[in-house]
Amino acid sequence: MTEHIIDIKHLSKSFSGKQVLSDINLYIRRGEFVTLLGPSGCGKTTMLRMIAGFLNPDEGDITLEGNSLIGVPPHERPLNTVFQRYALFPHLDVYDNIAFGLKLQKIPSEEIDKRVRKVLKLVSMSDYEDRDVDTLSGGQQQRIAIARAIVNRPKVLLLDEPLAALDLKMRKDMQIELKEMHRQLGITFIYVTHDQEEALTLSDTIVVMNDGRIQQIGTPMDIYNEPVNAFVADFIGESNILAGQMVRDRRVAFIQHEFDCVDEGFGEDVPVDVVVRPEDIYFTTDPAKCQFKAKVNSCTFKGVHYEMFVDTDTGYELMIQDYDPYPVGSEVMLYIDPDDIQVMKKERMANVYEGEVTGEGKVEFLGTEFECPTDGFSSGDKVRVTVRFEKVDLLDHVEEAATTGHVEFILYMGNHYHLTVRTKSGEKIWVDTNDVWDKNDYVGINILPEDILLEKVEEDGQEV
Amino acid sequence: MAKKIFAKLYIALILVVLYAPIVFIAVFSFTEAKSLGNWTGFSFSLYKSLFTGGMQNSSGLISAVNNTLLIALVASAIATVLGTVAAIGIFNMKGRSKQAIQFLNNIPMINPDIITGVSLFLLFVFLHISQGYLTVILAHVTFCTPYVVLNVLPKLHQMNPNIYEAALDLGATPMQALRKVLVPVLRPGMISGFILSFTMSLDDFAVTFFTRGTIGLDTLSTFIYTDARKGGLTPELKPLMTIIFLIILVVLLAMNLKKTKNQNE
Amino acid sequence: MGKRSSWALPYAIFLILFVAVPLLLVVLYSFQDASGRFTFANITKFFTDKDALSTFALSIEVAIENTALCILIGYPAAYILADKQLNRSAVTVVLFILPMWVNALMRTLATAELFTMAGIQLGKGTLLFGMCYDYLPFMIYPIYNTLAKMDRSYAEAAADLGAGPFTVFRKVTLPLSMPGIASGVLMVFMPTVSTFAISEFLTNNKIKLFGTIIQENINNSMWNYGAALSLIMLIIIGLTSFLGKKDEAGVQGGAV
Repeated sequence: MTEHIIDIKHLSKSFSGKQVLSDINLYIRRGEFVTLLGPSGCGKTTMLRMIAGFLNPDEGDITLEGNSLIGVPPHERPLNTVFQRYALFPHLDVYDNIAFGLKLQKIPSEEIDKRVRKVLKLVSMSDYEDRDVDTLSGGQQQRIAIARAIVNRPKVLLLDEPLAALDLKMRKDMQIELKEMHRQLGITFIYVTHDQEEALTLSDTIVVMNDGRIQQIGTPMDIYNEPVNAFVADFIGESNILAGQMVRDRRVAFIQHEFDCVDEGFGEDVPVDVVVRPEDIYFTTDPAKCQFKAKVNSCTFKGVHYEMFVDTDTGYELMIQDYDPYPVGSEVMLYIDPDDIQVMKKERMANVYEGEVTGEGKVEFLGTEFECPTDGFSSGDKVRVTVRFEKVDLLDHVEEAATTGHVEFILYMGNHYHLTVRTKSGEKIWVDTNDVWDKNDYVGINILPEDILLEKVEEDGQEV
Repeated sequence: MAKKIFAKLYIALILVVLYAPIVFIAVFSFTEAKSLGNWTGFSFSLYKSLFTGGMQNSSGLISAVNNTLLIALVASAIATVLGTVAAIGIFNMKGRSKQAIQFLNNIPMINPDIITGVSLFLLFVFLHISQGYLTVILAHVTFCTPYVVLNVLPKLHQMNPNIYEAALDLGATPMQALRKVLVPVLRPGMISGFILSFTMSLDDFAVTFFTRGTIGLDTLSTFIYTDARKGGLTPELKPLMTIIFLIILVVLLAMNLKKTKNQNE
Repeated sequence: MGKRSSWALPYAIFLILFVAVPLLLVVLYSFQDASGRFTFANITKFFTDKDALSTFALSIEVAIENTALCILIGYPAAYILADKQLNRSAVTVVLFILPMWVNALMRTLATAELFTMAGIQLGKGTLLFGMCYDYLPFMIYPIYNTLAKMDRSYAEAAADLGAGPFTVFRKVTLPLSMPGIASGVLMVFMPTVSTFAISEFLTNNKIKLFGTIIQENINNSMWNYGAALSLIMLIIIGLTSFLGKKDEAGVQGGAV
């Protein structure tokens, strides 16, 4: 299991100036079930299409068993793809769809016959050889698409969101079958999905991607239990993500309470992000065990468990999942095990941009000019601009704003929202706010002059 | 209920008017009289002379029919190939050049025949190309190809874009993928484009009229026009039209009955 | 699909040679005299020629009347054909387009002959009737196509919101079928303005339309004046299709 079948090194790609993949490094072991997981636009499909050969990377290399695939056309790559919307040939019946690749290889017809029947059996579609593909249900088409790919005995099977078009029940069944097929065939699977649950169920290894970069690589357990950053924690499963402070080793403060934890090495009094899964917050009736108190403000039955939102005595909202419901309005006592607190390094403390003083009281950054006090600076000075997250104002009325942007990502932090906004200059600005915005909202961005902090930067980029 | 009866009556009335001239031709094809509307008793003699060539202008009529079919066949075949290749190209184009070519493609469809005819006539005069079969076929290709493009493009849009990639992925070279996957998927559009081109070409009068030159090249339309202008219609046109109409009637009804049957299954 | 866009190149060249250049030649010849010198004479000739002007006016008038007639007669027919409760057979639709396969000149001659037999004087009345007869299917088919494709839930939503049958038609069905009417107008108006053989047959050469004048000039080697007249027609077409906001859906619907 340790032999690499695919190595991806320094892979980069941009489409008309927009960076879709930046410096991706990844290896895939022979026989592994690897999932590329991320929201739409994260670059996962682009990466799969480059492995298949439908796109060429701008930079970097992809090797299969040590041989570079760069410049090898798709029909010469010993890989096969299962496409998102199946892409079965509508003018061919089931048999001819599956036999398509084998016929091109000029394999004798008895051999083709044998292999087609065998693979049809594997996908449990034995009696469907003569059917027209458009008479098949979505799930059946999906099986044929898989059969058509694996009948060629590819070294790696690429699957591009193969279950996305199926309904929930069908999807669950197919997940089990895919896992079983992977076990039987022993072929390496590279699977692309945006469905975190699917990724957790199927994969040996999950590669979480966002914004053209790999966020985390690990087993499903690793990724779920030890997310490396807020994005991964939010994307995989439900979680309470909270701003905190490392008091010292094995002691962390958040929601204005101190907790024991198992993390070390952050230093003392260092700001951190803390993740607590909703199933890891426990109710207790023992005042000795109680770490903090809260009031239940909603309780919803979710089938197996109840999902409750509670307001802590310190004003934070937390999500809790438990098998027993607690009445809305009741005061409850809660505690968290040290093991269940995941502490993460804060990725950023404030918005920092390179800017330039353009005149008396004027500084340019984010592709536009802002007013701010410029005492001690002169026009043309290069400056480092710092804006605290909570000092950025988002407005409905874009006409009155200094610049505009789209809300790209929303993180609920217990008592406020942490938003990632993509400005029209293509840069990101992070915003802490109590206002409710939706993803993709078009917003105006304003910053008060006194909230823009400037530091002088020498031409070579060194601070004075 | 009254609404339904009224609707049926209305449709029936329009159909009666639409078919009256055709029935009129058909009825008078079974009499010997030379001019339309003159009944001199039931007779097959016009049919006989149509097939035995025993009429005054027989060679003219027969070569007109042959020309019409030949030109329609060649022009629509060329248009189908040219239009399909063009549609694949246009489908993969972006931006201004795509808009420009689609704009040019629309012009022959919007232009009245006479403008297409006159403008092509001027082109051939300008280039000193002597007019005849070649110019008529080129002219017919000009007004037929846009319809092929318009019939093939929707098939490309409906097509799962991954189908071509799937063929490559399964080991087909780009040429094999084109032959084994793309063309079969586009075939329905190509066929309806061909049929449409064929009928447009058969029915054309004005464009042929301006581009046929002076070598005496006649299609059925120009033959009828010249004939009618001379005063007397060649009487054998009546049985000919009747036969053509019956063939089309049978073919179209058969096609539609089959389609309805397939849909019901 | 990589560099497939270059596949449009042969057709692009073909279009330039056989569509764009010929139209430019129409413009070029319009502003030349017989010996190839630049002149406005052809254009001024038209605007000072009373016969040509009145023929032009008559052509436009006939075309407008014919188009209106086709809409008035064709819309109800298309509506009935597209209504599943009133018409369940696809064959009825085919019956409407079938006559188009019979040579138009031959049908027109037969129509004229029928008028003569019935003792009706050939003239503007028979011209209008004959034109309507020839072009009606071109109006019915695009309207039928838009109506047949129209989502019934729009009409149902309107009825649900309290609109009576007539209001539903006026406020929902009719506006939504406008693209069909527009392409029908395009397919009827233009050919009517430009027709020549049909008008000659239907009026026994008594009434000349604009197309006939163009044809006569070209045939009598008056290419430059013929080109100028064509240019004027081109401008009319440009205006109509601009006003009609050419809708491709209906034109595509013209396919078999």
